Amino acid sequence: MSRLNLQLPGLDLKNPIMPASGCFGFGREYAQLYDLSKLGAIMIKATTVETRKGNPTPRVAETSAGMLNAIGLQNPGIEKVMDEELKFLESYDVPVIANVAGTEVADYVEVADRISKASNVKALELNISCPNVKCGGIQFGTDPETARQLTAAVKAVSSVPVYVKLSPNVTNIVDIAKAVEAGGADGITMINTLVGMRLDERTGKPVIANGTGGLSGPAIKPVAIRMVYDVYKAVNIPIIGMGGVTCAQDVIDFMSAGASAVAVGTANFVDHFVCPTIIEELPVLLDTLNVKRISEIIGRSHR
Amino acid sequence: MIRQEKMTVVAQKQIATNIFELTLQGQLVQDMTPGQFVHVKVSNTFEPLLRRPISIANVDKEKNEFTMIYRAEGRGTKFLATNRENEIVDVLGPLGNGFPVEAAKPGQIALLVGGGIGVPPLHELAKQLNARGVKTIHVLGFQSEDVCFYEEQFTALGDTYYATVDGTKGTKGFVTTVFDEVKPEFDLFYSCGPLPMLRALEGYYPEKEGYLSFEERMGCGIGACFACVCDTTEGYGKDYVKVCSDGPVFPKGVVAL
Repeated sequence: MSRLNLQLPGLDLKNPIMPASGCFGFGREYAQLYDLSKLGAIMIKATTVETRKGNPTPRVAETSAGMLNAIGLQNPGIEKVMDEELKFLESYDVPVIANVAGTEVADYVEVADRISKASNVKALELNISCPNVKCGGIQFGTDPETARQLTAAVKAVSSVPVYVKLSPNVTNIVDIAKAVEAGGADGITMINTLVGMRLDERTGKPVIANGTGGLSGPAIKPVAIRMVYDVYKAVNIPIIGMGGVTCAQDVIDFMSAGASAVAVGTANFVDHFVCPTIIEELPVLLDTLNVKRISEIIGRSHR
Repeated sequence: MIRQEKMTVVAQKQIATNIFELTLQGQLVQDMTPGQFVHVKVSNTFEPLLRRPISIANVDKEKNEFTMIYRAEGRGTKFLATNRENEIVDVLGPLGNGFPVEAAKPGQIALLVGGGIGVPPLHELAKQLNARGVKTIHVLGFQSEDVCFYEEQFTALGDTYYATVDGTKGTKGFVTTVFDEVKPEFDLFYSCGPLPMLRALEGYYPEKEGYLSFEERMGCGIGACFACVCDTTEGYGKDYVKVCSDGPVFPKGVVAL
């Protein structure tokens, strides 16, 4: 057994590194660059029942040590995702975590029911935290009771474990974490992006066509670490941490705070090979820390 | 094939106000075609964070060198302009689908229409078209004379006309003003520049075969993030295209303008 190997509900991970949803499409583009089987898992782009067109452009803007995005959950809809994208990913030895989104509870339930039956989908990531769509997304993730009910409804139909992706755009993320745990979540993924805005220097108007966008990148890492740290103390289900991860040390930081695995988002755009690079660097870093198996460091900041 | 390479700076020089020409050397030059672009990491820190997409202006496969021309305007490109000879630049590329050089048959005439920082990719295109016996006519639009570049290079390849918004060089106005004046005769057109220019061009020559290169704010540059998506025209068969990976060059009539 490899020193990077980890077991999470539904997921037998070769290593704790996975590209975050929305930053990796459905894997096709990165498959031109390296073997996707190297990854611990792949969190595919949010999938909805129908095709989603997304928001007007510009959809991204650079900020200090980060970026804003307002893509708007553009995706080809569940049918095409299952027939084409998940089929494509079958040729790789890598578990898929399907990010499930919707406008109302019934949409989430339908996507979860269908997509969880795909042979390579080993877990769902319930998207209750997208800040860039008018309906569906963040409003499910800002009220504990709504979040609990949605989790329970999806849990009832899913053939695989359900992870819930939490929004940092709440007063108390611990309350939401406890609520989704009570709703039957098998795990938590956190954090989604922080709602932000950038103004054009010349016009004074928002750069992103949507007005606001979700902030990601190294700038948000301290926020994410704090939230993982707090949620780890409050729940008994595993956390997949993310937010500004760019290197092996960031992975160690997230796992020390309490994450059992780590997703890499924006960094994939800056260094397209960042995931395999981190996977190669991790054992070296573990040596310097005198740690045999990476699982030993999960939550060490609390000990 | 897309590669990420640490390329070596051969030369960096300013060729007009805030316009720089950077020559880099490395293996990925071997795969470049005109109209493609590279994604450049301008800093080794998080500031600025994202890569910058920059078009390819010259390709020299024998020397393993290519040139990019860019406007040092924002934080990233200003940073890029500080690179000196022998320094290393992290380049991902070549990316996207470039201009179909083979669409023009030997003996034909191609009209190349560029606007501002959309002009550079037309230079390599003009070179390759001329090499296959296609005559090229160039109509280049700029804001003013001080930001014009490559006059000698374009003139050496074919008739070259300028339009400047302030009238400091060539015709005062836009590239369409030049069309009215010169009435160029040609078989097909290729263009790269701002959206209003591409729109005007499509409207001006509705009967001609044409290829347009688009620009849109990008995230990943390879088609994964869905940031640079454009709507397509009705009946195209696909609702959208991604500028970075489906384009940046599309046949006329594909992207809804």
